[in-house]
Amino acid sequence: MSFDDAYQALTDHDDDARWAYGTGFSDPLAGVPTALPEGVDGADLAAYCLMIGDDALILSHRLQQWVTRAPELEDEMAIANIALDLLGQARLLLTRAGEAEGAGRDEDELAYLREPGDFRNVLLTERVDADFGHLIARLLVFSTWRLALLDHLSASRDPVLAAIGAKGVKEVSYHRDYAAGWTVRLGDGTDLSHQRMQAAIDAVWPFLDELFETHDVDARLAGVAVDPASLRAEFDAVLAQVLSAATLEMPKAVEAATSKGRDGAHGEELNEILAELQGLARATPGGVW
Amino acid sequence: MEGVMSEQTFTATIEKDQRIEPRDWMPDGYRKTMIRQIAQHAHSEIIGMQPEGAWITRAPSLRRKAILLAKVQDEAGHGLYLYSAAETLGADRGDLTRRLIEGRQKYSSIFNYPTLSFADVGVIGWLVDGAAICNQVPLCRSSYGPYARAMIRICKEESFHQRQGYELLMTMMRGTEAQREMVQDAVNRWWWPSLMMFGPPDAESPNTAQSMAWKIKRHTNDELRQRFVDMSVPQAEALGVTLPDPDLRWNDDRGHHDFGAIDWSELKRVISGDGPMNTERIANRRRADEEGAWVREAAAAHAGKRAAT
Repeated sequence: MSFDDAYQALTDHDDDARWAYGTGFSDPLAGVPTALPEGVDGADLAAYCLMIGDDALILSHRLQQWVTRAPELEDEMAIANIALDLLGQARLLLTRAGEAEGAGRDEDELAYLREPGDFRNVLLTERVDADFGHLIARLLVFSTWRLALLDHLSASRDPVLAAIGAKGVKEVSYHRDYAAGWTVRLGDGTDLSHQRMQAAIDAVWPFLDELFETHDVDARLAGVAVDPASLRAEFDAVLAQVLSAATLEMPKAVEAATSKGRDGAHGEELNEILAELQGLARATPGGVW
Repeated sequence: MEGVMSEQTFTATIEKDQRIEPRDWMPDGYRKTMIRQIAQHAHSEIIGMQPEGAWITRAPSLRRKAILLAKVQDEAGHGLYLYSAAETLGADRGDLTRRLIEGRQKYSSIFNYPTLSFADVGVIGWLVDGAAICNQVPLCRSSYGPYARAMIRICKEESFHQRQGYELLMTMMRGTEAQREMVQDAVNRWWWPSLMMFGPPDAESPNTAQSMAWKIKRHTNDELRQRFVDMSVPQAEALGVTLPDPDLRWNDDRGHHDFGAIDWSELKRVISGDGPMNTERIANRRRADEEGAWVREAAAAHAGKRAAT
């Protein structure tokens, strides 16, 4: 590109290569067959895609709320990057949910026009972060669990879910490394950071069990979905290793919050998220963006 | 004697249009001017994340959300390259941040205006990033090497941003009447502040002559402003919006557009801290810095423990 006329590029409509997104956007699922695999119920597949898609959409939203608030510029970039990866996963999964449902809903209708009771995310993703330590504790737990899940998903009988899993593994490996790195630095940093990191780990612990509960939808989609109960051992081993390196205590088993996010039972925090996420889109009916 | 030789080498390097590098001898005034210029630019990138960043969570489609999030992330990246370029001159990032928070260093006044609708995201891309590109393209040939190289990368990314902003506006103009009104309203609010981004008129720009001689600056404020106006007029026509200046018209004799008088008293007011959003922008930056202090201290303490073992 000639730097002296970068501005004139605006009238140059045939040059897709200059667009970061937009007309030249490459579809990460190009060439992947989208027909439903044999014997798979479309409604179940749609429900499953919403479960793991909403997890990504809602946690991405919480991370977006950190933009301009990070403790250092490198973290500003990392948090935005993780939010962007999760948003990308959510878009693919919501799109797949719409296809499987077969009612013509696209990613935006599913993100912007559903009511809180129709969201299927786990409660862990919707909580507010009290401080940077809470952001890290949640991200450590979520990305360790999701990395194991996506890794298994890459062998799904549904070629679309398999492709999403394979793509997501690369992204979430970095998210887990980032969170583990900060868990260690904060846990084994100053007295204050040690206390705060321990408090943050303790605070997410009641939300763990929901991640590993086998839902009816998971059970009906054997071979397509990943049974989350099968991920617990790998998760526990990674957490033990990270917490030990961070000189933090593994919290004692707590009585699990009776979380039913997968069935649409959420806290007030989800309403707050959706008011922000959906407000403008709902206020401009017929708008094109 | 060494000082004389060094000064001759410096002057000869500038005259031959070659780059000054971090270890080269340079006059104190050049070093100070470069640190000030690069730091102000870095601060502008970081403060500039706020007006648009405020719309990420509210973006009305997931595609627009992804584009905006990536753009704001790019701005953090630009801030990072630029603070690094300033550090090659002996400045310290933490110290520069303190100067920003304490009001001892400036950032671009454009970011002291509020973003009132999602159309502002598009207009900031089109006009504000457009004006920034006009200002920054010549800086890719700045005489200070690390700054010039950072600017090449930044200009490439800014041109993506500008095009994305313009594409959002084009899409909105094809939407509902309410959306077209949002776009026109945003253009009305951002046009004059964008013209002010080029700085005071040449006659009142105290640093221009020295900066031109040192090849830190390649064109005067008024030259760049005229270029921006000439480029924006056909863009506005293609978009179907009116630029809010009754005196704006083509002048055949000059071969340029004439435009109305700029309200410099407003620019002075905003620069001196009385813009609509000055207090909030700095307060947000200060809060992030203060709330992150324990995290940075922990990282330093951990690194110290690792170094000791």
